[in-house]
Amino acid sequence: MVHFTAEEKTAVTHVWSKVNVEEDGGEVLGRLLVVYPWTQRFFDNFGNLSSSSAIMGNPKVKAHGKKVLTSFGDAVKNMDNLKGTFAKLSELHCDKLHVDPENFRLLGNVMVIVLASHFGKEFTPDVQAAWQKLVAGVANAMAHKYH
Amino acid sequence: MVLSSSDKSNVKAAWDKVGGNAGDYGAEALERMFLSFPTTKTYFPHFDLSHGSAQVKGHGKKVGDALSNAVGHMDDLPGALSALSDLHAHKLRVDPVNFKLLSHCLLVTLACHHPGDFTPAVHASLDKFLATVSTVLVSKYR
Repeated sequence: MVHFTAEEKTAVTHVWSKVNVEEDGGEVLGRLLVVYPWTQRFFDNFGNLSSSSAIMGNPKVKAHGKKVLTSFGDAVKNMDNLKGTFAKLSELHCDKLHVDPENFRLLGNVMVIVLASHFGKEFTPDVQAAWQKLVAGVANAMAHKYH
Repeated sequence: MVLSSSDKSNVKAAWDKVGGNAGDYGAEALERMFLSFPTTKTYFPHFDLSHGSAQVKGHGKKVGDALSNAVGHMDDLPGALSALSDLHAHKLRVDPVNFKLLSHCLLVTLACHHPGDFTPAVHASLDKFLATVSTVLVSKYR
């Protein structure tokens, strides 16, 4: 089980308090689809994903990004029980959605990069390290129920 | 994976903005990597890895300069990086997984310092470029 120190929890919640789940969710998912185009394989019904601007402006990408980041909010609230928090979603992504867990790691790293671009110098190496721990924990929790 | 002409121009433009900070960014990326991914420290038992370490600064400059050189030779990365490629294969033997970790921290550093220029398309091109450099550096491993 991942253990977060008090400082790490503070770093995470402080950053999270300034995140706009709707806008940032769209940006995170959009960048995933732009930077790692093979991830588009899960979104055939999303319409126009033909260019970077089409992807970033796509309303379905924004809506789904918001869903994903809202879910991440649960992680921030339950840092001491990530596996329990994501058990159902893990089953869903394995049994129904058939998503390779590697994608959770890619998404986590894109999220860290988006946070860096929004927070600049405030996103210090220590803050980044706390977030890397969280996104790795979430990725592992999301993969935990796979079989 | 091939660097398109727009990838190359994106990377060149982004690196122009870096200017003389390549060494500092290299050092910052290393510091971020050591903190976020502690296993990477195993390659530097002989270094002082504390914040502000002169050794990390010096090594960061090496990394920054090597990347600047790579940016200047994107049409022939294997040629430009041949000596570094030999070094990593025969002497340093850094496990390939670690190049992704440093590449990620380089992107984080660039995103922190140049958020306005770090568009999704530029982000993609830089990610591709660093992946290509990493591939060249491990190309002689076996």
